[in-house]
Amino acid sequence: MKKAWFTKSLLILAVLGILPLIGCGSAKSGEEVIVYNWGEYIDPDVLTSFEEETGIKVVYDEFETNEIMYPKVESGASAYDVICPSDYMIKKMIEHDLLQEIHLENIPNVTNIDPQYMNESRQFDPENKYSVPYCWGTVGILYNKTMVDEQIDSWSVLWDEQYADNILMQDSVRDAFMVPLKLKGHSLNSTDKAELEEARDLLIEQKPLVQAYVVDQVRDKMIGNEAAIGVIYSGEAIYTQRENPDLEYVIPKEGSNIWIDSWVIPKNAPNVANAEKFIDYMCRPDIALKNFEYITYSTPNKAARELIEDADIKDSPIAFPDLSKCPDLEAYLYLGEDADAMYNELWKEVKSN
Amino acid sequence: MKNKKNLLAFPYLLWSAGFIIIPLCMIFFYGFTDKTNRFTFANVVSIVEGENLKALGISILLALIATLICVLLSYPLAYILSGSGMKQSGFMIFVFILPMWMNFLLRTLAWQTLLEKNGVINMILHFLHLPVLNIINTPYAIVLGMVYNFLPFMILPLYNALSKIDPSVIEAARDLGANSFQTFVNVIFPLSIPGLISGITMVSVPALTTFVISDMLGGGKILLIGNVIEQEFKQANNWHVGSGLSIVLMLFILLAMGLTAKYDKEGGSYF
Repeated sequence: MKKAWFTKSLLILAVLGILPLIGCGSAKSGEEVIVYNWGEYIDPDVLTSFEEETGIKVVYDEFETNEIMYPKVESGASAYDVICPSDYMIKKMIEHDLLQEIHLENIPNVTNIDPQYMNESRQFDPENKYSVPYCWGTVGILYNKTMVDEQIDSWSVLWDEQYADNILMQDSVRDAFMVPLKLKGHSLNSTDKAELEEARDLLIEQKPLVQAYVVDQVRDKMIGNEAAIGVIYSGEAIYTQRENPDLEYVIPKEGSNIWIDSWVIPKNAPNVANAEKFIDYMCRPDIALKNFEYITYSTPNKAARELIEDADIKDSPIAFPDLSKCPDLEAYLYLGEDADAMYNELWKEVKSN
Repeated sequence: MKNKKNLLAFPYLLWSAGFIIIPLCMIFFYGFTDKTNRFTFANVVSIVEGENLKALGISILLALIATLICVLLSYPLAYILSGSGMKQSGFMIFVFILPMWMNFLLRTLAWQTLLEKNGVINMILHFLHLPVLNIINTPYAIVLGMVYNFLPFMILPLYNALSKIDPSVIEAARDLGANSFQTFVNVIFPLSIPGLISGITMVSVPALTTFVISDMLGGGKILLIGNVIEQEFKQANNWHVGSGLSIVLMLFILLAMGLTAKYDKEGGSYF
């Protein structure tokens, strides 16, 4: 009797354990594509229309930073078909053999991508083999014209004492260090200890003037007139201007960061063909336009840009700056584990000071 | 019969193994190994590094202040409630627990909006021509967030301990000539110590380990030990150091729990 009880309960447990597995199994046989993208980085309607047109179900997952995304992909714990990392992270993933080559012949719409962005991509994907650009932009200063009288054109304004408690800095290592490195005329990919320590000292010197270190909240705080000056991504700048016309975006004269987020297919992707279909769909001009209008991050899609009706946006110096006239713009590169550790250590010193 | 009981306990065993013991083992594994999986004490010892030690110091300080404020606010309240009629006090306790039904993150986010420079509180102060409040992104805001979020954890055990005190004990004290102050100091307060201690534990432990409150109300300018650990996991992707620091923090929690257990046992002897 005792035994019967035990076996019975074991059976029940076993059945309960297997049930979800069966669920997974049947889902795999149906067509699906598992997408891993930044938060709020796509028009949800686009996902629905993709499902309707292709019959492929989209399983959609979001991440907040490249650094959170990386270990999930590296450990292989969850298999994704399409991921949208940034430049330096793509480089790291290529170096760690996590990505597979994309067969561009299966993505006819890739011809819509402006060649200059394919060119920029070579900084992290030398042969354009692993990535297809999705969005790009710069990092700059957003300021409120009602609180700032001067014409801002330099990073040095972030050390100006008259804006004490009115400055918002980015709460991420690379973006935070980029500012003092560029201010001092160094490369934002510097691994030179002396240069980085100088940057750290500048950040510590600046800290009393900083109202807060934030990431996504720069947008809301600037719209709400909480601060006069903030370091922000160009894609957010257009959105904030729409909400608060007093805001102005500049790329400082010392130069800044240019970044590209691109679609990649990881090595362990279970549905490669569907992944290619998804990337191709994202490159379709009308779809790229829909995404641009929804998230306001600059699209590298030339055909989509042609479709923009509002001339102010189409030729906006924020969304589509003339790269040839822009000051020294650099992409982040993957600097290796030792340099990463050094950056993190110095950043911790800034934050705890 | 005994077997049936064991069987019924099986799911809990499974639960605690899967979600408590195995994760704990993983933390200890990561905490005592380096990237090449070799044994090392370096991760745990890294607590004495300048920034980590400083973060731990600030965490302890803020947690202590928050706990003290919670005691000062809760004790009189719990005392009054335990003395009042049953129906009324039940309702009051309900009112104090009510906010806990709302998500913790949302409540903290609400404080952010309230305290902002152009936030609700400052708008009202400005309207009344009073000086505005500038505590957002400072340690004061963090302590406020801690007190607000953890206050119910202090009120409840205090209220429980105080309302359990047998009225005849107090009557006996009065019969024997103690005035109300003496009764409180010699009878009521000692009897409430178990509740006080468990309240202190329940407030100081989450206050010591929080990283969300300091992130949201501190503007990322004040690094608590919880933030350091979070960054090791999320940004630096160094699970070894993160786990090592977690182990150190666990020591503090165990210390607090040991203290509670001791006083709880002694508390039992009063009844």
